[in-house]
Amino acid sequence: MAVLTADKVTKRFGGLDALQRIDLEVKEQAIQSIIGPNGAGKTTFFNCVTGFYTPEEGEIYLEGHPIVGMSPDRVAKRGIARTYQNIRLFKNMTAIENILVGMHPHLRSTMIGGILHTRGTLSEEAESLAEARRLLGFVNLTGQGDMLAKNLPYGAQRRLEIARALANKPKLLLLDEPTAGMNPSETQATMNLIRRLRDELGITILLIEHQMRVVMGISELITVLDYGAKIAEGLPQEIQGNPTVIEAYLGKGSAREFTIAPSTEA
Amino acid sequence: MKTDPSAVWKQSLRNGLIAGGIAILVSLVGLVEAFGDDYIISGLVSVGELILLFPIFLFAYLTIHGNSGQSRATQLGMTALIGLVAGLMLTLLVIVGSTTNMREMFVNASPALFNMLTRGVPFPLGALVPPLQCILAAWISLGFTLIPERFRKPISLGILWVIILGTLRDQILLISIIQVEPLYTIFRYFIFAQSGLSLIGALIIFVLATGLSYYTSTRQKATQVTRTPKRQKTTRIILFMGLGVLIALLPQILGLFYSEILDTTGLFIMMGLGLNIVVGFAGLLDLGYVAFYAIGAYTMGVLTSSGLGLFDLTFWQAMPFALLVAWLAGLLLGLPVLRMRGDYLAIVTLGFGEIVRLLALSNWLRGTLGGTQGIQSIAQPAIGPIRFDSIQSLYYLIVLGIIIVAFVAWRLKGSRLGRSWMAVREDEDVAQAMGINLVLTKLMAFSTGALFAGLAGALGAAKLTSVYPHSMTFLVSINVLVLIIIGGMGSIPGVFVGALVLVGLPGILTEFQEYRLWFYGLALVLVMLLRPEGLWPEARRKLELHEAETEGLVPIEEMAPAATFTELPRDR
Repeated sequence: MAVLTADKVTKRFGGLDALQRIDLEVKEQAIQSIIGPNGAGKTTFFNCVTGFYTPEEGEIYLEGHPIVGMSPDRVAKRGIARTYQNIRLFKNMTAIENILVGMHPHLRSTMIGGILHTRGTLSEEAESLAEARRLLGFVNLTGQGDMLAKNLPYGAQRRLEIARALANKPKLLLLDEPTAGMNPSETQATMNLIRRLRDELGITILLIEHQMRVVMGISELITVLDYGAKIAEGLPQEIQGNPTVIEAYLGKGSAREFTIAPSTEA
Repeated sequence: MKTDPSAVWKQSLRNGLIAGGIAILVSLVGLVEAFGDDYIISGLVSVGELILLFPIFLFAYLTIHGNSGQSRATQLGMTALIGLVAGLMLTLLVIVGSTTNMREMFVNASPALFNMLTRGVPFPLGALVPPLQCILAAWISLGFTLIPERFRKPISLGILWVIILGTLRDQILLISIIQVEPLYTIFRYFIFAQSGLSLIGALIIFVLATGLSYYTSTRQKATQVTRTPKRQKTTRIILFMGLGVLIALLPQILGLFYSEILDTTGLFIMMGLGLNIVVGFAGLLDLGYVAFYAIGAYTMGVLTSSGLGLFDLTFWQAMPFALLVAWLAGLLLGLPVLRMRGDYLAIVTLGFGEIVRLLALSNWLRGTLGGTQGIQSIAQPAIGPIRFDSIQSLYYLIVLGIIIVAFVAWRLKGSRLGRSWMAVREDEDVAQAMGINLVLTKLMAFSTGALFAGLAGALGAAKLTSVYPHSMTFLVSINVLVLIIIGGMGSIPGVFVGALVLVGLPGILTEFQEYRLWFYGLALVLVMLLRPEGLWPEARRKLELHEAETEGLVPIEEMAPAATFTELPRDR
């Protein structure tokens, strides 16, 4: 069964069609990618899925339930978490507090409970703290939990953002360029992490990515967007040889000479 | 190091110009002349002279501090240059001021001021007085840097105490414990003079403060090693108990004048703690916060005033209503403005504050709110036979209120709600994407802040037994906001520090009342430049290292090849 189904999703900004009748299906426990040149509408699509934008037409289903029109916080509660292209942590909070905020929708403690420290609140806080420490260890940040997020090194910030999203206990995790600005070894580490998220935690993953090495190495299905329209969809090897895709990236006439291959991305 | 030898002279010249500029500014603002007769040490140093020469002390010290590598002779020359430049600027001011009429623009550019600057020496020779005086001041600064390191701090503390006690002569003699007889005679006739300290008094205080500071600093080094955690804990408990007893006895020790200041400061602390939730925790800029104070105060007034005769409840009966109405007002304002961000929110809240004030002032509601006359004879609290009808007894209720409010703020800060507030402050969109309900979270912040202000308002109304629309001005909102900023945004102890500095201190320094806003501006600029995070910055709680951290992460950690992540470069 599909975790996420987009049905003819259209989003317009004034006269610009940022998304035109996009159909997309993400299978349970899949790792899928969306690629496309700059301005193709990839992040717009993510924003539609997370409820930050409301598409003008079409419907999006999470496990069969329509989610268009829901506010982002309700979408998050239903099980979609995301990371951002340019890291957006809560900078002046510690790493562990960032993760605790991610757990927010699953915590029950009330204002009164927080003031009076009722037994329920205290045990819930202790549990969530233990869980947060566990997640911190999962992304290999043990020992840095009390540092302010803004003081963490770049790679650690990326990993913390993933940990925060995981704290949301998502069914579907949207990763927006998770390897942006990383060197080859960091990129490899992130790819391993993404696989583990799926294999060990059973989370379905949809990612936007520019590094072809990552896209081709990790994805089971690739969707290509260009000018807001879906121009191709298929397995990595199919996309690599697809003339339309090559044209979208490199311009008309290029298809004869080039193929998109991992080796072109160094 | 700089290779250009002229660089130090250029720097000295520049610093001299800045110091001279500040000296001219304080002269023209009127600070020098106004305090020319207020002596710190009777007949020797006046507050005005200190204010005039302080920039020269400061800049000479900073210049030497930045050029400690230079030879003594160069340093002597540098400080002389600073003093000379600043002094010549003052001479110029005197010459310009006495030949042309500057008073249309600078009211304080009076002959009395010029007379002070030249120390009464008539002209041709008098022109030399300011430069000589300034060079002397700069050299005193230089002399200060020659003092060995370990004596420097005790000596500066000694001087500071002399300045503080000398300036505050009148206020200290008002303290009730000092008015007990043998003490009063000692202080009034021995330590203090007609104005400021007597010479002997100054010496005694200097020796005492310097000696004590030196003694404690040498002792501390010796005992630091031996202190165990358990002993630390007991000393902390003793410290807290001592503080508690001191707070409880303050009104009796200090007397009426200070109790009044304490009460006002307390009310501002309460408001600060409330606004700190809205602005500091949740990041929602509220410029009309006084509205909630007004609502609390007016509710208390309408419900209890015997003059108005509408309801005639007691203080305690009216209190829940005052809190409820303030809380509801917070919700009411919160609902429409939640969609606004940043500047827009600030403007709307500003408008709300003005609306509430104008409603209280209006003829339309005159029957219930009293219009310009306000509401008089508001009930004061009583518990059984104990009546809280004086400034000194109300102090205890205010302290109780602060304890409750601070406790609630502190607990909330560490709670799930507190984390959501801070997430909203940091990044609203991401907070929402993490599952935080923005509307609810912001409403909670607004209404909790309003509730605290409502409590302060109700207590404030009871303290004065009256409320007037004229006391609910925009300036109060700004006051509260500034004290939060100076104390440290989001910091609970910062609110206390900010209120003491910005409300308590100006209350004590009644003579400076005229320069209060001047002082606010100066404090704001200095804090923003030197300590942008505030005097007592917000501290994040340490959550990770509370217990052994290895438990709980075994299953996932084991499967991870350790090398995967450890190969990542740590900094980028």
